[in-house]
Amino acid sequence: MNSAEAYITGSCIIRHHGIRLNGALLWEADRSMDLQEWLRAGYDRFSGQYPKFHKMDALSKLGWLAAEVLLKHAPVQALPPETVGMVLSNRSGSLDTDIRYYATVKDIASPALFVYTLPNIVMGEICIRHGFKGENIFFVSENFDAELMSSYPVQLLATTPLQACLCGWVEVMGDDYEVALFLLEKTPRGMARPVTAEALNELYSNNEIST
Amino acid sequence: MADLKKQIIEQLNLQEVTPESIGNDEPLFKEGLGLDSIDALELIVLLQQHYNIRIANPEQGPEVFYSIRSMAEFIVAQQTAKA
Repeated sequence: MNSAEAYITGSCIIRHHGIRLNGALLWEADRSMDLQEWLRAGYDRFSGQYPKFHKMDALSKLGWLAAEVLLKHAPVQALPPETVGMVLSNRSGSLDTDIRYYATVKDIASPALFVYTLPNIVMGEICIRHGFKGENIFFVSENFDAELMSSYPVQLLATTPLQACLCGWVEVMGDDYEVALFLLEKTPRGMARPVTAEALNELYSNNEIST
Repeated sequence: MADLKKQIIEQLNLQEVTPESIGNDEPLFKEGLGLDSIDALELIVLLQQHYNIRIANPEQGPEVFYSIRSMAEFIVAQQTAKA
């Protein structure tokens, strides 16, 4: 179900070591950095003062960093915690971390890695950071599914107490990664446009960072 | 204790902490370093990997992991008992 009763009020796209907020390139770093180096540089640039970031796996760091950028000037944190939800998806689930964890099992299994062997942990990290307590769900699909990412969150916004919902795609496997995080709200503001699959697809595709 | 601090920083990935900033008697959990339950499990792994010491009685945990000094004293006691 697509509906004009919910609005896209923000987007954050992370690809090729660059971050775009609402279509504008915020930061692009040297492509020779490895992903962990780049994530640390992004953390230093856009956040800091959150040591737990360093303990997260790459999937959580990517989603957390995108949320940090997207929500910096968004007033969703003024909403009651139970009214902000999340619908995320990706292709590889937590496989990137699963493989790293499996490698430790041969010696002494790492508790710190084990806790990230579920893809929905990234949502927990974002919720802890921002205090969100609304409904959330994580889907695994081959590609970014704009139809699903428009219909399911809109349904949540229409039928539950949610006032805002973060939705999108947070994928990482080895050095390949991509984040497309959108903020959907019941009340329009800023660059708000009605939530449709076409609109999400356009934002997802048009935010390409030069390759 | 300086080596133990370095090992803890590496094991727990405390990237914004230096060995010099950890007090020998500072509580490791809650206040002080602010470690959590997953960190406690990693400290158990550290004892196994670096010192071949297993915590036989889980109830010892809060006492052993109270501070750098209590951990160091526990390690020395275990090594002395093995010698």
